[in-house]
Amino acid sequence: MTDPVHNGDNPAQRSQRTAAASSDLAIELIKINKRFGAVHANRDIDLKVRRGTVHGIVGENGAGKSTLMSILYGFYTADSGEIRVNGTPHAITDSRHALALGIGMVHQHFMLVDNFSILENVVLGAEDSAMLGPSLARARGELTRLAKEYNLDVNPDAIIEDVSVGTQQRVEILKALYRGADVLILDEPTGVLTPNEADDLFRVLETLRAQGKTIILITHKLREIMAITDYVSVMRQGQMVETLETKNTNPEQLAELMVGRRVLLRVEKGPATPGDTFLSVENLVVKDDLGVVRVKGVSFTVRAGEIVGIAGVAGNGQSELLESVSGMRDQTSGTVRLKGTPLSLEGDDGAHRARQAGLAHVPEDRQRMGLITAFEEWENAMLGYEDDPAYGKGIILDAKAARAQARERIEKFDIRPANERLKTASFSGGNQQKIVLAREMERNPDVLIVGQPTRGVDIGAIEFIHNQIIKMRDAGKAILLVSVELDEIRSLSDRILVMFDGNIVGEADPATATELELGLMMAGVTDKKRAAE
Amino acid sequence: MSTAILKPLPRWADVVLLPLLNLLLAFIVSGLVVLAIGQDPLAALNAITTGAFGNGYNIGYTLYYSTNFIFTGLAVAVAAHAGLFNIGGNGQAYIAGLGVILVALPMQFLPWWVTFPVAVVAGAAVGGFWGFIPGWLQAKRGSHVVITTIMFNFIAAAIMVYMVVNVLKPPGVLAPESAMIAAEGRMPKLGTFIPWFRNTDVNFTLILALLCLVGAYILIWHTRFGFAMRALGHNPTATRYAGMSNSRIIMIVMTMSGALAGMVAVNQVVGVQYRLVLDYVADAGFVGIAVALMGRNHPIGILLAALLFGALYQGGNELQYVIPGLSKEMVVVIQALVILFTGAMEGLFRPGLQRIFTTLSPGQKAEAVARNTVKSES
Amino acid sequence: MDLALILSTLDATIRLSTPLLLACLAGLYSERAGVFDIGLEGKMLAAAFAAAAVAAVSGNVWLGLLAGIAVSITTAALQGAAAITLKGNQLIAGVAINMLAVGLTTFLGIQWFAQGGRTPQLKAGERFTEIQLPFAAELQGVPVLGPIYADLISGHNLLVYIAFLAVPITWFVLYRTRFGLRLRAVGENPKAVDTAGISVILLRYQAVLITGLLCGFAGAFFSIAQGSGFGNNMTAGKGFIALAALIFAKWKPVPAMFTCLLFGFLDALQIRLQGVEVFGVGVPVQAIQALPYILTVVLLAGFIGKAVGPKAGGVAYSKER
Repeated sequence: MTDPVHNGDNPAQRSQRTAAASSDLAIELIKINKRFGAVHANRDIDLKVRRGTVHGIVGENGAGKSTLMSILYGFYTADSGEIRVNGTPHAITDSRHALALGIGMVHQHFMLVDNFSILENVVLGAEDSAMLGPSLARARGELTRLAKEYNLDVNPDAIIEDVSVGTQQRVEILKALYRGADVLILDEPTGVLTPNEADDLFRVLETLRAQGKTIILITHKLREIMAITDYVSVMRQGQMVETLETKNTNPEQLAELMVGRRVLLRVEKGPATPGDTFLSVENLVVKDDLGVVRVKGVSFTVRAGEIVGIAGVAGNGQSELLESVSGMRDQTSGTVRLKGTPLSLEGDDGAHRARQAGLAHVPEDRQRMGLITAFEEWENAMLGYEDDPAYGKGIILDAKAARAQARERIEKFDIRPANERLKTASFSGGNQQKIVLAREMERNPDVLIVGQPTRGVDIGAIEFIHNQIIKMRDAGKAILLVSVELDEIRSLSDRILVMFDGNIVGEADPATATELELGLMMAGVTDKKRAAE
Repeated sequence: MSTAILKPLPRWADVVLLPLLNLLLAFIVSGLVVLAIGQDPLAALNAITTGAFGNGYNIGYTLYYSTNFIFTGLAVAVAAHAGLFNIGGNGQAYIAGLGVILVALPMQFLPWWVTFPVAVVAGAAVGGFWGFIPGWLQAKRGSHVVITTIMFNFIAAAIMVYMVVNVLKPPGVLAPESAMIAAEGRMPKLGTFIPWFRNTDVNFTLILALLCLVGAYILIWHTRFGFAMRALGHNPTATRYAGMSNSRIIMIVMTMSGALAGMVAVNQVVGVQYRLVLDYVADAGFVGIAVALMGRNHPIGILLAALLFGALYQGGNELQYVIPGLSKEMVVVIQALVILFTGAMEGLFRPGLQRIFTTLSPGQKAEAVARNTVKSES
Repeated sequence: MDLALILSTLDATIRLSTPLLLACLAGLYSERAGVFDIGLEGKMLAAAFAAAAVAAVSGNVWLGLLAGIAVSITTAALQGAAAITLKGNQLIAGVAINMLAVGLTTFLGIQWFAQGGRTPQLKAGERFTEIQLPFAAELQGVPVLGPIYADLISGHNLLVYIAFLAVPITWFVLYRTRFGLRLRAVGENPKAVDTAGISVILLRYQAVLITGLLCGFAGAFFSIAQGSGFGNNMTAGKGFIALAALIFAKWKPVPAMFTCLLFGFLDALQIRLQGVEVFGVGVPVQAIQALPYILTVVLLAGFIGKAVGPKAGGVAYSKER
């Protein structure tokens, strides 16, 4: 069964092409370094991108891929290192400069004006003169030409907010081509596309390559890497691990390089003794704020006394899943049951009803959702539970009682500094997370859903937080854990589910599943798909 | 592309120093204007201060003006805590007068201490209603509360003119005003009890204002609803996470805000003018914005700022008698500059101050760096 | 209801809608660029004062006009600095400007002219007077069309013609020039503009300065064209009606013209109906006066179509990480 993208193109043909085009380096990055505060986002990165090839850059979240490309595109300036375009060194100061050098970027979040036509969006910033008429006329002609040459058919007069996401992405590509880009950087392009649209995109990329353009593709999906790239560079934790010719590698090897051989954070835990099903999710479909379906019919259960971990690279629907189950986001369809009773989670106060039913939520983004950083610690210790009679009678808030309880929790959870009157913004990430955990766990919920529990948390607190989660499991709670950190999932979960592109694509037993298996599933390569290739 | 990492200002600097600096700048600029037209700014300042506090009569009037500013300042501040900008104070205060006169006239032969509470309820109800509608529009229809409250100011004015001229004006009376409240129903001025304030307009509404300040303090920091309000003002996503109903909070807050502004009507209609006249609000709603900004939306700050602006008003009134050529509009200029610097040009002083404070404490700079780092995850 | 009455009402409509139109178009530039401007009233008032003061002192109407424009542009620049560079609250800046204008104009008026805030009465060469278009007198006799041309279209002062001319000019600038394209873009998605290599800050300042220019004309209309001098608070809330008109017209130039004409008509109507009885009941002119505001609220509430403003309006732009 031939891969629909390549139309019968075989590895031999591909290797011929890579040999022929490899003479010139379109882009070369030499020892690029970039720090943000204490985070070393890019460490001594070397990268050679050959002209006329599709070069993939793959890695997990936090690997530094986007930062690197932002440096190439002029959005950031590297702390040290050199950029060479077609062999000549350049200091790329801003995106205008990058465009002048022929480097164009197709962003993950489109830079389009919604109520403009496609033509107007392409022309914006690249107008020929003060009068718009001639610019639009020339652009129209040029767009027709580009459309023919690269199979990028669009209706120039269509309004952006009326066209599909796939078409919007084409407009972004056309924008770059219109400005004479020879090198196109695409950042996670298929995140918002349907499978058909993704295939269309690959056809376009094929045509672009055939016409001599160079393409840099940032992705975490191994299927795409194997299907379309000539070379692939793997990044991990800010460093460039290895660059390989795609024909010489396979998904397993790439997955291993991506995920790395790490020391597993083993947590002390006894065997699970799961009881009744506490949480049941059935055919959940959830859309994001832009109306794109992000959870595509997910079903699973979590029993009392077990931890179900959902593994997956960020952006595959986990956030929307968590928000929906916790009542923060309305569902399009599907049911969530707690101890058998369906939860009605619609409306402004959905999360309130979820809490009353016995569900607690430690959110992925504590600063944006889980805490009000301007509030004092004791106020955040109440957030979501103000109705608790312990906090006062009637409308009056008993600040004293609330503070006393906060103090107890500070001691129990070893939150530092031990000052409940301190503004929450002054606590470190780890301690902020403890505040959230303490609040949610001390409610004695039946179900606890946790997202990224140790993101931005220092080592010392990580162990503590993990132990707390295990404690809750042993107390007979049902815990749903979502994390992009694979070892966290592996060390805590009793059952692992892998989420990719809005679906649960596989289940694994943490005792027996290898990193490789999980890495492959996380990158969208499942047994069924591999059989097809 | 590196920006200096600045730690936020210590609380005292934020609450006291910045407003004072802005006030100082407002005074300096006003002083320059006075200088430019050939007058002596220090003499003007002296005249204003004496006019405001020089004797019992002046203080009495200062307090009288401050009363209204406490109400409108609280109105703006309460809404601001929930993240809403209510500039409809003028309209809410104005239309509340309708409620007040409509209960005061039928009850005018009853003793004032019976009429007064009923008038308060009526004023709060009508003013609250006038705040509720924009609140509802924002919560349920997404209409920007600033634009709607501006529109409602004008609609209120139109309604009031119609009502006073066509409905409430007794036949035979030439001036556009309602019937007078009988002597029994009128609230006594404080001058009746405190000889110092004799012949001034300050009245029992001042006590109400002080009670409102206390009430606002309790509401904002000691009730569940106040907690929800402040949470919404800081972070609407977190309130959604917490399961609070954002639309309910918005509607209730705007109603409260309108009700507070409506207290101005009580002061004017049963406390001073004893009838409903046109334009008795005299832009108190906009002064309330200045008061809330300067007072940092805190009742104590609002009290002080209201006193300040009351003093400016009273002092400004006296100014033209002391220094002919300097009219009371000077005070409006100062007010406007305070709003400009405190509200719109915060960026003027804050970074500079932050820079000073950051250099003075390197230990906390490291903390700021650490905090900044946590956000940089990519 | 004869032709003369209709014509005189329409004539008043044109005159009453002129300042609205100028201010409305002024606001259009700012708001389309993403800078909320509720300070139109203040800028107009300041310009009215400056124009009348300078015209009276210099005896030259053109100097007056120039002064009005200069003051309005300066005020707009100040407001712009607060909103764009200092990234302050745009709405508060507008409120402050309005208050500042009210205070300062009366203050300086009393100080300089000692007439309780008024500026001296302007004489012939010091204000814009009616301009008779060519052949107006000759065509007067032509039935129906004659009076329409001679009384309605001809015979207005210069600023009226400028106002109505500004409509097609604005339309052209907005939809047919590079500047207009970028202006509209920056109010919807400043990030898109920034990544296209265009300076968001420069664009916004340009928009704000144009707002100042047009408000200058609008203010000057009150004091040195329609009137013959400045009076306290003479703009009387027209700046807010212009804002309402802008929203009602959904930020487009040609609908803005029609909306301003509508609001001007309502104003002319309520003046004529004062004291008139219809079916034995006094007409509540206040209802007509309030109509522009009520209509705008109804529109904002989404009951007669949606008024969706420029998406990036009201928020200062910062290059985030």
